[in-house]
Amino acid sequence: MQSLIADYNYWIYILLMMIGLYAMLAKNNLVKKVIGMSIFQTAIIVFYVSIGAKEHATIPIIAHGSGHGAVETAIDVAHYANPLPHVLMLTAIVVSVGTLGVALAICLGIYRRYNSLEEDEIQEQLQ
Amino acid sequence: MNFVEQSPALLVIIPLLTAFLVNIVGLINHRYCLPVAILGILGSFTASVITLIRVMQNGVISYRLGGWPPPFGIEYVVDHLNGLVLVTVSFVSLLAVIFSKESIKQELPEKISQFYTLFVLLVTGLLGMTVTGDAFNLYVLLEISALTGYALIAMGDNKALVASFNYVILGTIGASFYLLGVGHLYIMTGSLNMANLLTILPDLYSLNAIFIALLLILIGTWIKMAFFPMHGWLPNAYTYAPSAAGCLVAPLVTKVSVYIMIRIMLSVFSPLYVYSIINLSETIVWMAVIAIISGSILALAQNDFKKMLTYLIVAEVGYMVGGAWLASSIGLTGAILHIVNDALMTLCLFLFAGIVIYKRGGQHLQDLAGLYKKMPVTMAAFTVGALSMIGVPPTAGFFSKWYLILGAIDGGRYHFMAALLISSLVNAILFFRIIEIAYFEPKVDHHGGEAEKVIIEEAPLSMLIPLIIVALSLIVIGLYSGEIVTNIIGHSVPTGI
Repeated sequence: MQSLIADYNYWIYILLMMIGLYAMLAKNNLVKKVIGMSIFQTAIIVFYVSIGAKEHATIPIIAHGSGHGAVETAIDVAHYANPLPHVLMLTAIVVSVGTLGVALAICLGIYRRYNSLEEDEIQEQLQ
Repeated sequence: MNFVEQSPALLVIIPLLTAFLVNIVGLINHRYCLPVAILGILGSFTASVITLIRVMQNGVISYRLGGWPPPFGIEYVVDHLNGLVLVTVSFVSLLAVIFSKESIKQELPEKISQFYTLFVLLVTGLLGMTVTGDAFNLYVLLEISALTGYALIAMGDNKALVASFNYVILGTIGASFYLLGVGHLYIMTGSLNMANLLTILPDLYSLNAIFIALLLILIGTWIKMAFFPMHGWLPNAYTYAPSAAGCLVAPLVTKVSVYIMIRIMLSVFSPLYVYSIINLSETIVWMAVIAIISGSILALAQNDFKKMLTYLIVAEVGYMVGGAWLASSIGLTGAILHIVNDALMTLCLFLFAGIVIYKRGGQHLQDLAGLYKKMPVTMAAFTVGALSMIGVPPTAGFFSKWYLILGAIDGGRYHFMAALLISSLVNAILFFRIIEIAYFEPKVDHHGGEAEKVIIEEAPLSMLIPLIIVALSLIVIGLYSGEIVTNIIGHSVPTGI
């Protein structure tokens, strides 16, 4: 129970991932599969972002010259959040947008050719 | 600027910039796309060869992108293992791009500039995956090559769109699993640099999180390489892709994924961890046995020539995964040598399939009837590829299979040896059936024309020359495989596992 509360971010990402996986495998509509794929990728982004988050933490930038309180103390590790996972996820978001674009373009092509986005109807036409 | 010194970066940058250039010149005139693409890949091939020679002379190269020292900056690391894979990848893509000229004119005349842009970007992604020494950078390049691969496959005929859609879904699951595994490693170590991970991880080997990270990365790469229970996307995607695209993706994408698995096993986790501390090797070798046998049986059931080849790829992936997990240095040598050989063998057979589709307009086994008389040179090259797939000396396929079998005996895994032998037998049946159709049976005229005289009617030279080169290289690599093993592969395989 304690781990459930303390590590709630991990449970959220697992839940999201399972929702995405379910949609990808079980849904009949191709666009719903693509949405599932997007949720699946977002789950991993949430996972990475949550491991870099910290309460009452600031950005690790030393403000020169201004010299007002909290900003200067960000030199101490305890006071700033690790920016690297967040930066990595910027790239991952770009990748997932690219994947989404390609997947939707393929859906569009399928719709133009088969006049349907339902997997069973397309399979029937393929037989 | 010293080009030799910059070669590890150039071999990725040249095709990357070429991809943009191809798109720009495509706006002016489609005819300029192919020469620019060939020049770009040729530049990349030259840089790969220079890099491999430098590695053989001076040892491992570490290239700091932007001058930032690792582990803070991204590092390109080239050792003997990926030097060899780099040369293979760029060599295969060079032959595939030359081959594509006539085939694209016939199959995709309106999409020439898009095709070559994606083609060169895919080569960039594959080379980048091979050269990088950073686990997250690898993910990005993995997705670059995957995205371009989806688009290239979707350009194919009617069924290609649906096949490509399934590939998008499964490929994304695979890449996401890899990313999740890297995330676990990052939480535990705070590092993404492979060499740095190798030094930090030994203190954490007892933790479950590290084991889970390895499992996630393995599952991710297995989906990407179509290891047997996860192979569902491959046969349709590779069968219905345009034949020129098939010649690039079929030989390379699965092989580079196998390379990544071996790289992660050896350079992120250590041989000590993957073979001794955790107890996975027995299970994975059994999975490989199942992959080899199922791939071979499914190949036997096909009437479509290209689909048969795709199931053979599934079986060959089983060879390499099994070889890598035999926990014997000979088996690992065999697996690495098989990456090179299988890339060339698959290229040879797919080039042949491309020529048959170009000349006959179909890929059914019956479309091969009477080909020995009409296209003797093409069929001679195909026969070399087929013999190599079966594993007949002195072709390359024999030697890697030989190392794999020795490794299986060395590691005491006799079921793996049996699977290899059964698979060779099935390959022999498959290819002799094709040779029989092509050699003995008279040509059945599907198009209802008058009975033709036998005229020698070879494919255009731009298709024939890559096929001849790859067939010759299969024999040359077979003859020199001893030298390749002692001078190149031997340096990257840890002894006494």
